[in-house]
Amino acid sequence: MSHEATAPETVVLRGARPYGEDQVDIVVRDGVIAELAPPGTGSAAVVVDADGLVALPGLVDLHTHLREPGREDAETVETGSRAAALGGYTAVFAMANTLPVADTAGVVEQVWRLGQEAGLVDVFPVGAVTVGLGGTQLAELGAMAGSAARVRVFSDDGKCVHDAVLMRRALEYVKAFDGVIAQHAQEPRLTEDAQMNEGVLSGVLGLTGWPAVAEESVIARDVLLAHHVGSRLHVCHVSTAGSVDIIRWAKARGIEVTAEVTPHHLLLTEDLVRSYDPVYKVNPPLRTSADVEALWEGLADGTIDVVATDHAPHALEDKDCEWGAAAFGMLGLQTALSVVVQTMLLTGRLDWRGVADRMSVAPARIGRAHGHGAGVQRGATASIVLVDPEATWVVDPEGLASKSRNSPYRGMELPAQVRHVLRAGRITVRDGELAS
Amino acid sequence: MRHLLSAADLDAEAAILVLDTAAELAAVTDRSVKKLPTLRGRTVVNLFFEDSTRTRISFEMAAKRLSADVINFAAKGSSVSKGESLKDTALTLEAMGADAVVIRHHASGAPHRLATAGWIAGAVVNAGDGTHEHPTQALLDAFTLRRHLRGGTGGLDGLRVTIVGDVLHSRVARSNVLLLATLGADVTLVAPPTLLPTGVHEWPCRVSYDIDEALPSSDAVMMLRVQAERMHDAYFPSAREYSRAYGLDRDRLGALPDHAIVMHPGPMNRGMEISAEVADSDRAVMVEQVTNGVSVRMAVLYLLLGGSTGEK
Repeated sequence: MSHEATAPETVVLRGARPYGEDQVDIVVRDGVIAELAPPGTGSAAVVVDADGLVALPGLVDLHTHLREPGREDAETVETGSRAAALGGYTAVFAMANTLPVADTAGVVEQVWRLGQEAGLVDVFPVGAVTVGLGGTQLAELGAMAGSAARVRVFSDDGKCVHDAVLMRRALEYVKAFDGVIAQHAQEPRLTEDAQMNEGVLSGVLGLTGWPAVAEESVIARDVLLAHHVGSRLHVCHVSTAGSVDIIRWAKARGIEVTAEVTPHHLLLTEDLVRSYDPVYKVNPPLRTSADVEALWEGLADGTIDVVATDHAPHALEDKDCEWGAAAFGMLGLQTALSVVVQTMLLTGRLDWRGVADRMSVAPARIGRAHGHGAGVQRGATASIVLVDPEATWVVDPEGLASKSRNSPYRGMELPAQVRHVLRAGRITVRDGELAS
Repeated sequence: MRHLLSAADLDAEAAILVLDTAAELAAVTDRSVKKLPTLRGRTVVNLFFEDSTRTRISFEMAAKRLSADVINFAAKGSSVSKGESLKDTALTLEAMGADAVVIRHHASGAPHRLATAGWIAGAVVNAGDGTHEHPTQALLDAFTLRRHLRGGTGGLDGLRVTIVGDVLHSRVARSNVLLLATLGADVTLVAPPTLLPTGVHEWPCRVSYDIDEALPSSDAVMMLRVQAERMHDAYFPSAREYSRAYGLDRDRLGALPDHAIVMHPGPMNRGMEISAEVADSDRAVMVEQVTNGVSVRMAVLYLLLGGSTGEK
């Protein structure tokens, strides 16, 4: 099934407020923003009432799990694309830990093609760093880069590239085609059978701890490696205050490191684990409120460049069980923007331009997603999300587009609602529904 | 009280009620006909995902002495990949009309999940979950302490209890620290730093690395089982070094005050955490702990299932 709607030649987004600033009519012609006209002056066959809605460049998710191929019971490229579009995204990076692993040109081309067929967002496959995520032998990074999928982001996400030599070689090798290694920073020996953040609470609950040092020690090593070989490094889902400190230090030294934080690490803390409800089981784990505050600060000052969802759908049976048997991961695509508005915008830590930077411009730049994150300005590709900043909504996992239901925000009231989305001039979401 | 999932579920009043009830029920055990009609027609399921003959038998005997129907359900494995899931097992028991489920599980929090996920309506009793808690063990230990050192009534105000061994992996230690502190005891945990959980300094107890410092001021010492295989994960260099530094032998027994008792939740590793001489000495109350376990579990089932009315 395809959502590839025919693009009308001209679309006017009437009365929108780019970055929450002055109202304009955004005139889109042939997939490009032709003009930002005074409100009420633009005319076209298709006029979208965007009165008072905030216009941002279409969101870009640097970290999504779409589960296809292999776990189509949990998510497919099609259902994940729907969730992404409804969440305000125009591009997502699909992680490599599928079955089979996306470690060859063939698999990444398949994922790329499925994304194009779904036609809602650009799906950029992430290539595995090592064969089968095994951590011992480099995957054919060049072949994936040169494939139709044009892979630029490589990651063993779900597993850490813990071998220092292999990590060094990967960092060096991808320079040849402007790639980046996105590291899942987790020292494996320090986190054997780890179930939750290691601290007072893990001791009380009798759950094996996942200590902050297991993340921080790998990040420290990797920024030094990246410096040594002059490569760029991206750090996935930063979750601790110490990690923020290390990355801040590295950036101050001029090391080319970028980092992401997930919405759930911005909003939720380990206290939720007291319920033993596996919907709160995630890797890296929910941390303490002190960590959350450090992440807010890091995202606000630019130490952390990106909010990425780590959208991780899981079939019901992998969550409807005891904690120890449950899978790690949470849904995120349809709630990310609202969580960022709640934690960063309404608190004054970021303005709308800041939100656009962390959720669109920066991830597009890091992932080399051409045509995305171009901004709401004349001449830019018309990938735009229109958000109602005043609306609030209550999260009902049954109502989400994902095939899975493992949202940790069930029943929570969140601010800001995605109303309309254009991807390269085509309307993918209209009035909060997928455009048909 | 609807479930017993953690020793923290009990405040001092509730804990003393359990102990007092156990004391009354213990009298039944001394009769020639060791049975009360209290739970006639009620069904108690022992759902054991882990082998534990002694705890299962103790619960089984407790339920039978109250005339409940007892079903023993031994399940192997738990995750979806290894057989029937906890959920399906729970739904099965619910369909069979279990009034109480006594659960032993290798995953911390499994009893909590069973009680709160909406799978079953009956009472849930935690009979040991992973490295989390074992509240009825703590109750039987409190009962034993009270009988020996507090005349069998009231709480444990000011009683000095030293718990020695693998606290990190011990559900017995967690439940005992919580319950004994609630009852007013002064608890000291003794272990090498590697076998203490992160954050233990915020627990309601004292922490020491030195058993010899703790023993002279202990009214009771509780030795925890330590598996020699822990040395392979570098928790300690060797079983012998552990035993020398933290084992309770004859010399250390001599350092205890004369009135002090020696406890162990079993099964013991003779020669590891406790020497055979100490285990067999007249200061050791392990056999009595087993007896008291039945009384305390009778009390818990009695209080959870609301006596003989048959109402839910």
